[in-house]
Amino acid sequence: MKLLSLIHPFLALLLAPLLLGVINRVKAVFAGRRGQPLLQAYYDIWKLLGKGAVYSRTTTWVFRAGPVIGLTAVISALMVLPFAGQSGVISFSCDFVVMAYLLGLARFFTIAAALDTGSSFEGMGASREAQFSALAEPALLLGLAALAVQSSSLSLSDIFTQLNLQAWMKVGPAILLVAAAMAVVLLAENSRIPVDDPNTHLELTMIHEVMVLDHGGPDFAYILYGAALKLWLFAALLVNVLMPVQASNVPVNFAVALTGMFVAAIGVGVVESIMARLRLLKVPQLLVGAAVLSTLALVLLLR
Amino acid sequence: MNSLVWMLAGLILMVVGGFASAFFGVRRSRYTRQIGAWSLAAGCAMAMIPSCQTLWSGVSVQLALPWPITLGTFHVGLDPLSAFFAIPICGLSFLGAFYGMEYLPSNSKATGFAWAGYNLLVASMLLVVLARQAILFLTAWEIMALASFFLVAFENERESVRRAAWLYLVAAHVSAAFVAALFFCLGHYTGSLDFDAWSGGSSLPSGIGTVIFFLALVGFGIKAGFWPFHIWLPEAHPAAPSHVSAVMSGVMIKTGIYGLVRVLTFFDTPPMSWGWTLVGIGITSGVLGVLYALAQSDLKRLLAYHSVENIGIIAIGLGLGCLGLSTGRSLLAFVGFAGGLLHVLNHAVFKGLLFLGAGSVLHATGIRNTNRLGGLLKAMPVTGRTFFIGSLAICGLPPLNGFVSEFLIYFGAYHGAVAFHSGLIVSCLAVVLGMALIGGLAAAAFTKAFGIVFLGEPRSREAAAAHEAGPAMRAAMTILAIFCPMIALLASSILQLMAPVLSTVLHVSAGVLTSQLEETVYFLNQIVMISLFFGMVAILLLLLRRSLPGAKNVESAVTWDCGYARPSARMQYTASSFAQPIKALFAFLLGSHSHLTPPRGILPQAIASFTSTAPDRVNERFYHPIFEAILKGLRRVRVLQHGEVQLYVLYVAMTLVALLIWCLR
Repeated sequence: MKLLSLIHPFLALLLAPLLLGVINRVKAVFAGRRGQPLLQAYYDIWKLLGKGAVYSRTTTWVFRAGPVIGLTAVISALMVLPFAGQSGVISFSCDFVVMAYLLGLARFFTIAAALDTGSSFEGMGASREAQFSALAEPALLLGLAALAVQSSSLSLSDIFTQLNLQAWMKVGPAILLVAAAMAVVLLAENSRIPVDDPNTHLELTMIHEVMVLDHGGPDFAYILYGAALKLWLFAALLVNVLMPVQASNVPVNFAVALTGMFVAAIGVGVVESIMARLRLLKVPQLLVGAAVLSTLALVLLLR
Repeated sequence: MNSLVWMLAGLILMVVGGFASAFFGVRRSRYTRQIGAWSLAAGCAMAMIPSCQTLWSGVSVQLALPWPITLGTFHVGLDPLSAFFAIPICGLSFLGAFYGMEYLPSNSKATGFAWAGYNLLVASMLLVVLARQAILFLTAWEIMALASFFLVAFENERESVRRAAWLYLVAAHVSAAFVAALFFCLGHYTGSLDFDAWSGGSSLPSGIGTVIFFLALVGFGIKAGFWPFHIWLPEAHPAAPSHVSAVMSGVMIKTGIYGLVRVLTFFDTPPMSWGWTLVGIGITSGVLGVLYALAQSDLKRLLAYHSVENIGIIAIGLGLGCLGLSTGRSLLAFVGFAGGLLHVLNHAVFKGLLFLGAGSVLHATGIRNTNRLGGLLKAMPVTGRTFFIGSLAICGLPPLNGFVSEFLIYFGAYHGAVAFHSGLIVSCLAVVLGMALIGGLAAAAFTKAFGIVFLGEPRSREAAAAHEAGPAMRAAMTILAIFCPMIALLASSILQLMAPVLSTVLHVSAGVLTSQLEETVYFLNQIVMISLFFGMVAILLLLLRRSLPGAKNVESAVTWDCGYARPSARMQYTASSFAQPIKALFAFLLGSHSHLTPPRGILPQAIASFTSTAPDRVNERFYHPIFEAILKGLRRVRVLQHGEVQLYVLYVAMTLVALLIWCLR
């Protein structure tokens, strides 16, 4: 059983950049373009890994540590995540708190690395990232609290095992609210429209992209890969909530879950295509809204 | 020999050493510092050994000596709870002393007095946790307040320092008054002023129990820095010399927590309302503390507000523990108190470290305003690295110590939330919300503090000319920084060492706690596993990064500046600009004032300016009006005091006559 739970990390490490490709393809289709190859993110990462690096004279070791720690933290966070009915590699009470705080560690290093350049653009991005993530955290942890209350269990693996069709029949609306909150968190944490625009070319309006403006070569490859894995992580959370797989056949479970992942990526692509990004001042409202949705789910569960 | 005799001998040694230092200081001897620091170090070592023994073995010792004071007996005791608080006091003061040897100006006449105050402060803190009798406790409490008052007033040539010291003196005495009321209340109903006689507090009439809890909450809460009693912290901490700030913030305010926990041990099962109150105060202190911290640009003030936040987290832990006791959920009670108490230790380590770091910055540049600092990591590599570790730890990020205690509290909250107990669920969910918000905002505050001070380019000439701290200062910071990951990795062993402390608080024998301990140790070990995995992956990725074909091909350039030709260090984001969005978002809580004088005309003549401050609302809206009213009331009484001695004699005579009439009536 335990060996099967090792499959997910490998799948994630292998397939995460493909999610970016799917999103971009969906956006291209919506815009009437042919779009870049599905495997473009892999090509980018491979190319960047072969390059040298240019460092600003202002920067210190913090700037170089940022990408490494960022990627490490996301990989470590993946270890507690259950997938396709298999439990996480490590599973214990409140393991999701460890997951959330490992992502927090990654963010701390990204922000510090951005401030290390001394550029006001990157400071601007860092400041926004700090603000928005502080608001996204309650939404995520309260949403998980709702799921924990629903299943009366405390580890992610148990929570998602308990979340089956019967649970959907009983408290479907509450779970749907949690899913909505998680979807908002997914978009915000992965710097997607309507919170951030990964394609913009104007430093003044960017958040995540502007923070990594000065990174290049292998460092940027790490960042790109880390971002893909983070997207995978949040998408997997969402898929776990929305698509509880219960079949006894393991390959079928994996097939269903993977389909779910790509459906989630298509969903993100659709949102990016049909929505404009919000004004920065409106973003906190969206995130507080997500926290309210989580709270509402809790109220429904406690009723 | 009784180990307490050793401990008391240690206390006497440090006090005598302190006064000797003051004596030599007046004569400007070069031994002033050596005598002060080494006597303190020896005293701390002498106090540390029996404390560790007690914690290790779980055996308490008591000692009663004759003491010729009315109602007073010199009754001291060392149980696991006292020992648990005494260890960080000894450890941090010890490191602070060596730091202070380099930090304090050597040519000042007051240096000796600073040592006398410091040693007296440490000795009195230790006496506070040892005292087992009300009068002795109050005496130690008062010495502690006065010693720290003199230390806060060390740079009394500055007006702001004098004001801070004055505010602190008032706060400390209001605290002492409430504690005294608490003790006399307990003494009145039990007929004894000895702590041993109070342990059956639950037999008190129920209303009295609540009054006692309220008195303890205010009296000890002022010292601990609970919101809204926190207003002295952001004034006093920046004013004191940095190693004193470290000791005050790291361990002195914890004597308030100690007092509160000690009072809680007098009651077997606290009512639910106590737990709710503590959780409520904890969340309020935590969220408002971190928000005000974000709004500060003075580095030491920022750290002081973070103490409010961390005291809030400790209160949340204690509150969850109380709720666990009231509802009979032993696992919740266990992790609540374990998380709260472990956070006491953790906060002593990282807040001590951060204050020492801030002191090194102040020592090197003379600047506390973060908006004028920057780029210090290059000039001060050791201070920078240790400050970075402290920042990560205080944000509660894995794999450092702050995470472990916060995780225990999170676990308690989630555990309570899924318990389907109507009295628990709302408060537990509030804790989840509060802790999540605190965590995110603390990360914002410390990326700001570290990023603006140590990264980027220097924003002023002083910052550009900074130099690294001396060897003793560096050593003190490095040792504390090493403790941050150490405590996290050894968390399960530390928790096992804490078992006797928790059995004291929870009124059960240590054997009963085995199952809770096992469950907690299980998930702490899992966290250690993830931490080790994290370290392994980090090393692998670093090695991969090194072995890549382009690894040798590294160039230096300038930061991308959008093609702008002449960027200057003043164009960087500052601390204020970094925090502005969050400040604006929470303006309804912070009520910050800003004042803008825009440039006027095509060729502005007058200088444009913008200032923004976040004065404490509690101070403005609550304390200020109260003290104004008191002052106004007292002004009427002032006619009685006019300096004419013959009239004073008349007052005395009139009083005597009045009393005589009253007696003969």
